[in-house]
Amino acid sequence: MVDTLRTDSLLYLDGVTVSFDGFRALNSLSLIVQRNELQAIIGPNGAGKTTMMDIITGKTKPDTGEVYFEGSVDLTKKDETEIANMGIGRKFQKPTVFESHTVWDNVELALKKPRGVFSGLFYTRDTADTDRIAEILDIVRLTHRKNEYAANLSHGQKQWLEIGMLLAQDPKLMLVDEPVAGMTDAETIETSKLLADIAKTRSVVVVEHDMSFVRDLDCRVTCLAEGAVLAQGSLEHVSADPLVIERYLGR
Amino acid sequence: MITAAILRALDKKAIWVISILLLAAILVPLSNLMLPVGHPLRVPNYLVPLMGKYLSYAMLALALDLIWGYCGILSLGHGAFFALGGYAMGVYLMRQIGTRGVYAHPELPDFMVFLGWPELPWYWLGMDQFWFAAIMVMLVPGILAFVFGWFAFRSRVTGVYLSIITQAMTFALMLAFFRNDMGFGGNNGLTDFRDILGTPIAAPTTRAILFAATAIALALSFLVCSMIVKSKLGKVMVAVRDAESRTRFIGYRVENVKLLAFTVSAVIAGIAGALYVPQVGIINPGEFAPANSIEVVIWAAVGGRGTLIGPIIGAIIVNVGKSYFTAALPDFWLFALGGLFIFVTLFLPKGVVGLFTSVWNAIQARRASSSAQKGVGPAPGPETDFPITTESDAGNAQPKTNPAE
Repeated sequence: MVDTLRTDSLLYLDGVTVSFDGFRALNSLSLIVQRNELQAIIGPNGAGKTTMMDIITGKTKPDTGEVYFEGSVDLTKKDETEIANMGIGRKFQKPTVFESHTVWDNVELALKKPRGVFSGLFYTRDTADTDRIAEILDIVRLTHRKNEYAANLSHGQKQWLEIGMLLAQDPKLMLVDEPVAGMTDAETIETSKLLADIAKTRSVVVVEHDMSFVRDLDCRVTCLAEGAVLAQGSLEHVSADPLVIERYLGR
Repeated sequence: MITAAILRALDKKAIWVISILLLAAILVPLSNLMLPVGHPLRVPNYLVPLMGKYLSYAMLALALDLIWGYCGILSLGHGAFFALGGYAMGVYLMRQIGTRGVYAHPELPDFMVFLGWPELPWYWLGMDQFWFAAIMVMLVPGILAFVFGWFAFRSRVTGVYLSIITQAMTFALMLAFFRNDMGFGGNNGLTDFRDILGTPIAAPTTRAILFAATAIALALSFLVCSMIVKSKLGKVMVAVRDAESRTRFIGYRVENVKLLAFTVSAVIAGIAGALYVPQVGIINPGEFAPANSIEVVIWAAVGGRGTLIGPIIGAIIVNVGKSYFTAALPDFWLFALGGLFIFVTLFLPKGVVGLFTSVWNAIQARRASSSAQKGVGPAPGPETDFPITTESDAGNAQPKTNPAE
């Protein structure tokens, strides 16, 4: 039973526990992300959302527990670079783009291509790459600023550029940490459309505090608290859960 | 593939720098050798090796800036690679002395005879051949940098910690080379050179050729660095400098990027050291002194970190200043150097080159805006290659849009 769950899933976390100086950031967390699924993760500060992403992307190693990608790849034995090249992309909570590169170069660097030093040294952009970069810049609406340094972008635009870089990586699983922080309402709506669109061809996990944004996403919601899953299901189901109301939503 | 990379490297600025260096490689020897003594355009004999020395320092600063300015690795021990290249050349030159030493031993250098060594140590073998010594000049610093970088970058040692261990590396090498048992002349180092490639080392012709070789080597190093910096790898290096963990999450092996840059940089530093030694006539453990390596950082900072021209200009400016001050006001030099570093850090964070660039951009922007107001010339388009200019344009435009009424 457990085995079929694991092999059918794209991402499989079982009983993951991490402690920092005695503080249990994750407490036997179990979570499954299916293929081509859009999933939202909510929860109070300190619930372990970012730590969970650190575990999946190899930044932190779990004390105990299993983390499997595509049913068979043990992520706890891989480092950040290997995991990224396997097809897990991550957008950070604080937008981190390469500020002294142009918008175009940011996407070009992220574009899925051989990552070796020598292929980097002799890389020449072909028309297919140019078209793909232009297409991505179009999707994230940054075509008009493509020659500007990323440092000059607004906060919201940096968020979009980072999503564009994720798209360029062409990952199987996108982990998106608070994508709409610092965005206007109109931008927030656009972002939810964009993410839903992306989730048609790959899995997307979104961590977000903005409940109206989560409602727009219209997907399965997981609520974390104190390092474990508190409730899971549709947003209506989760937000009606008495434990979720007590620990997170308040009232 | 390689031609594409070279063409990309040869932008306008690079062509200028390389042309000037190649021109110097031709004109300086010609003027020194062909013009009669006393001619106003003749480069005097003493100046040729001095200028050669400056250019080898410029190469060292260029090598340092490739890793510091572009990849964020602040090496405070780059003098070690320079000195190792210098020692490799020094060993070759020692073996050219032959029986002309004080003890007239056909094979052993004077200091080995003095120490009572029966034969050459194994690591001196083969070094009488120029081609072999030339390979060692690149291989020894290259391998040390590779092994050092392999461990340091894989263990993710960065920032100040990395700087401190590079400093420790050069200090350890200095102590090692001070020992007589090391087999490199101990405290005195290697000196009293006679011939290089069969020609007398102090002859004006040899000096002129050495200068030309240094200028050409600097031009080639510039080309190699430009190739790296202009490529996608160069962009990855800057990405590592600005956001190392982000680069990792995109899927680049940060340690490999750093390792390649560090090794290339060490090889260039080694070649610079090998060109330095025959022109100054001595190499001793003092070249490993930590203070020397720190001085290289100052050259790069003064000229302009994160540019390829900056370190060359910085090395020349500071060393011309040093030559002048140590002769005119010897007690004053170290204060001047320290003061210069503080001044540059506080007021010229982008160095001399950065100052020129911002003045140039300001002139261009003023010219563009005045011609736009007059209605002559094309108005500046919204998409320029220089975001800095557009930014300052936006800054100029803001007060006008303020509702003054």
